[in-house]
Amino acid sequence: MNNIKNQSIIELLKEKSLWVRKETLNIHKVAPETRLASSLSDVEIFVALYYGGILKFNPKNPRWEERDRFIISKGHGAISLYPILADLGFFDKSELGEVCKESSFLGGIPDTMIPGFETINGALGHGLGVACGSAVALKNKNSAAKVFVLMGDGELFEGAVWEAIMFAGHHQLNNLILIIDNNKISMLDYCRNIIDLTPIEEKLHVFKWKVKTIDGHNIEEVYDSLNSLKEDKSDHPRVLIANTIKGKGVPKLENDVLCHIKSLKEDEIIKAIEELK
Amino acid sequence: MNSDQPKTMRDVFIEAVCEKMREDERIFFVSADFGSPALDKVRENFKDRFINVGIAEQNLINVAVGLGLEGYIVYAYAIAPFITMRPYEQIRQSLAISSQVRPINVNLIGVGAGVSYDVSGPTHHCLEDISIMRLMPNFTVFSPSDWKLAEGFVDYSVKVSGPKYLRFDSKPLPSIYGDIGDLDFKKGFYELLNPPTGGEKVCLVSTGFMTHLALKAAKELKDIGVVDVFLLKPVDEKSLFESLKKYKYVIAIEEGFVNNGGLDALVSKIILDNQSDIRFKRMGFNDKYVFELGGRDYLHKLNNLDEESIIKTIKECL
Repeated sequence: MNNIKNQSIIELLKEKSLWVRKETLNIHKVAPETRLASSLSDVEIFVALYYGGILKFNPKNPRWEERDRFIISKGHGAISLYPILADLGFFDKSELGEVCKESSFLGGIPDTMIPGFETINGALGHGLGVACGSAVALKNKNSAAKVFVLMGDGELFEGAVWEAIMFAGHHQLNNLILIIDNNKISMLDYCRNIIDLTPIEEKLHVFKWKVKTIDGHNIEEVYDSLNSLKEDKSDHPRVLIANTIKGKGVPKLENDVLCHIKSLKEDEIIKAIEELK
Repeated sequence: MNSDQPKTMRDVFIEAVCEKMREDERIFFVSADFGSPALDKVRENFKDRFINVGIAEQNLINVAVGLGLEGYIVYAYAIAPFITMRPYEQIRQSLAISSQVRPINVNLIGVGAGVSYDVSGPTHHCLEDISIMRLMPNFTVFSPSDWKLAEGFVDYSVKVSGPKYLRFDSKPLPSIYGDIGDLDFKKGFYELLNPPTGGEKVCLVSTGFMTHLALKAAKELKDIGVVDVFLLKPVDEKSLFESLKKYKYVIAIEEGFVNNGGLDALVSKIILDNQSDIRFKRMGFNDKYVFELGGRDYLHKLNNLDEESIIKTIKECL
């Protein structure tokens, strides 16, 4: 029974992932300033959190006290969350055609004017520290809500991130779940060519985190591991390292080390949408 | 002038915060491994609402923000140059920018205004903070001249939400103010010395420790006005101009860099905007860090900021 139910959820999440990629490309058509490649590597993560029943939220009351807090530290990479939030009723779907236009509240980098966004994270490396403060606060309130953070692997270059990693491990913030979108490319180069971050698992492990590594585009793995990390009863903060591909789903971006700053032309977008699977 | 025992602003302030913490469970205190005798009581009595984040000012701000977003009233505490300049981007993004949309009450307490950490040298002097903290929208910048103002600000900091920077001196100082019970903190300044009508020639406008020197200098001469500006942002410009317009000369005095957006910029802007013919002078540190060693008095003397230099500047006006 469970297995059948699980399969239907996985089918739904697959469908939604495809739809979100398509919608993200459509947004990019309207707003070429958006960071497309960064917003394609985290699609399965967003989809599992929002459609897989993992994140507690209320579109009619985005600041609902019992919601799980979701801080998207790689702010620029959350364009793919716009269609999800619209689909779930945080705001009207018609807004998706207005991204970056005058009078729209949906910018090239999301901010807190958008219903559903907890924090503003245009500058990188701040989200985890803020999440630590929220996690302490929720424990102090005896709240059952959890704090989720999405961070890019490139953000691990920021020193403040390690201040937060140490803090969370020491304070046993077991209501904190960090997801690293490990797409392995920052703006100019592969991370391994800048400063090799590997082995990320071992580094976080010795900082007293519970670590799990998965294929971040295998929706079943994303869904199952987020569920198990959320239900885990240990005293450690948790980190899910999702190995992903920057620009996932768009061949023109997938193999390009400079894809972070690449914009696609309209005909390329149309072709990319046709090729999505 | 009150002649009671000198006290440090931080101890009086933290003592009062500690009292508040007893009755208000929404208050959290976060330190970047910086202490004070009064803080020992907070650490002892409120183990679940005190956090030492370690020597990590960036995380100090971020953790304070996370707590603040959850509705807590937060005090974050460190040495002044380190709490302002090390985590400037954390402050900008998660306090100044964010607070325009999401309400938050985070109070940054920086100890060591100006050259109050005299012999610790240029890394511990704090001569930039007035300018850089005034720069950010949505911020309140509080620069008290004595511990009574600092103590009085505790209530204000609880009641008035928003990000604030509290610029405290590190040294024990005598009080200047008497009973501040009905002081209007929102007004942001107080006329400590008012010459008799008709005799207003020179007014000293000062903040923080310099108000002590301004008062001493003014009392050596006759009919000198002294205005203590304790809120460097926001400024009630209209009221401040009303107090200054009767003078022929106004001298801004601060323990910070001049010509770079400090108190001098605030005062001269008000004069200019009102197209007033008040003559304006500024006193503070010029565009150089201070490597010389010595006590605060000596450093002031070297930088033409001691009592004698203030008297000399006043006499040039008379």
